[in-house]
Amino acid sequence: MNYIPNTDSDRKIMLEACGFDSLQALFPDIPKDLKNKCGLSLPKELGEMDLSRELKALSRKNKDVSQKICFLGAGAYNHFIPSVVKHIISRSEFYTAYTPYQPEISQGILQAIYEYQTMICRLTGMNAANASMYDGATAMAEAALLCASYTKRKEILVSGTVNPLYRQVLSTYAVGAELILKEAAFKDGITHLESVKKSISGNTACVIIQQPNFFGCLEKVFDLAQTAHENGALFAASVDPISLAVLNSPSEYGADVVVGEGQSLGNPLNFGGPYLGIFASKKQFLRYMPGRLVGKTRDSNGKPGYVLTLQTREQHIRRGKATSNICTNEALCALAACVYMTVMGGKGLRSVAQTCTKNAASLKDKISKIKGFSIPFNAPCFKEFVIKTPRPAEEINKKLSGQGIIGGLDLEKFYPGLKNHMLLCATEMNSPGDIEKFAAALRNV
Amino acid sequence: MKPEELKYTKEHEWIAPDGTVGISDYAQKELGDVVFAELPKAGKVVEAGQELCVLESVKAVSSVNSPVSGKVAEVNSALSANPELVNQDPLGKGWIAKLEIKDILQVSKLFDLASYRKYIDELHPKH
Repeated sequence: MNYIPNTDSDRKIMLEACGFDSLQALFPDIPKDLKNKCGLSLPKELGEMDLSRELKALSRKNKDVSQKICFLGAGAYNHFIPSVVKHIISRSEFYTAYTPYQPEISQGILQAIYEYQTMICRLTGMNAANASMYDGATAMAEAALLCASYTKRKEILVSGTVNPLYRQVLSTYAVGAELILKEAAFKDGITHLESVKKSISGNTACVIIQQPNFFGCLEKVFDLAQTAHENGALFAASVDPISLAVLNSPSEYGADVVVGEGQSLGNPLNFGGPYLGIFASKKQFLRYMPGRLVGKTRDSNGKPGYVLTLQTREQHIRRGKATSNICTNEALCALAACVYMTVMGGKGLRSVAQTCTKNAASLKDKISKIKGFSIPFNAPCFKEFVIKTPRPAEEINKKLSGQGIIGGLDLEKFYPGLKNHMLLCATEMNSPGDIEKFAAALRNV
Repeated sequence: MKPEELKYTKEHEWIAPDGTVGISDYAQKELGDVVFAELPKAGKVVEAGQELCVLESVKAVSSVNSPVSGKVAEVNSALSANPELVNQDPLGKGWIAKLEIKDILQVSKLFDLASYRKYIDELHPKH
């Protein structure tokens, strides 16, 4: 059976109607030297049964957290996902990754997004949250844009302890928006306050930090926020949503905009995506907020209803003058986060966070006692921390991999000064047995 | 402000001899209820035709362009809390900003009230 919807004769008719004699004649604009002359070198076609066998064999080459013990975090986290999450998001009424484009007809999806926004507000202490962005990195870049357009200032001061990949995305966004990026140095694993004070000025739109930071260390957020505000700049924090169950709420330390990677909330690792960009702010920045917002209202009969609100700021209406070029959201990932938070509740989330902290502390303690290993940064941590290794991190990771363990991140890749440094993560998924096994493996590397 | 003392642009902004800028009664009716005003900062330098402020109504978000070149000397901060002033009193309490006019000649090139009214009539030809 042929699964291609238009037949050879269909194509011939269409080409004739357009006045062409071949499909290739449609592409004269592509330079000849860029065209593939030898055709595609593909293997012979397979029947469905053989193909399925072949693909399964290929997929078994992937090693994921279901087969290995994982101590890698660095922005993507292995947390438990209750089975009800997948059950609910797989319902046909919900199962689309796409943002609603004829929104008011989809009251159920709008209500789910509204509930998600409400939960993000409660978690962060902010007044408003949007329907979500692509991921933590784009959410952070959008936070910079918000701060720049609100303050009408062009400089963004970002800490060197913010996820290096997020900073790369930020620098990409900065080109189009003509923002000037400045980086604050770090000392002992946390943002150096003196460096912030030195780099900040009346041109600084915002100070961006990450809490806990990329090294897992807890930043002195109260001091940093105060320094930002004293200079008329806004304070933006990129947070780990799970950590908010035990740490100070960003509203307590004076964050104006809160962003973060929401994958931890009920979304699998997915080989790196799709993920979930959390975006929330104080009320006064509502109209500068990117993306979609769901609001609750009453219809003409006085019944509650949900609407996509403030769309007039968006690109499909305001074109080049829109607040952002994002007109979509990660609807399905946001729904998963919404279901996850509902199922876990405040107590469940706190229990997850406390278990992470306990496991990370236990792992840190064990490793600090291994000869040749040390803990370079003294700052308190949540679920991640840095270790100094006696040999190159990459070499250690290779050995661990052979023993069914995914080791930590080799920090030298992003911080050339941090040779033989590894970033480790422990979550509720790492049992005391896993932690002991990992420590034992490190003793023998 | 008295309508006959003002000058008008094709985009329906008005400017007074002292540099005060706002939008016309016609413009506020077209916009509908204004719900938010994104005001410029005092000291901002604008060219004629460049965006001075943004007004958001229930129907649309629109740019208000500066009728002439100059520097923003004063901003009607009352609009932050009460953007509806633009609808209630477009030529008075609903003013947007006051400009230090760079070149007074630019003002004289704008419509006077009679030609502005004629211009609006042409936009909406009577059948």
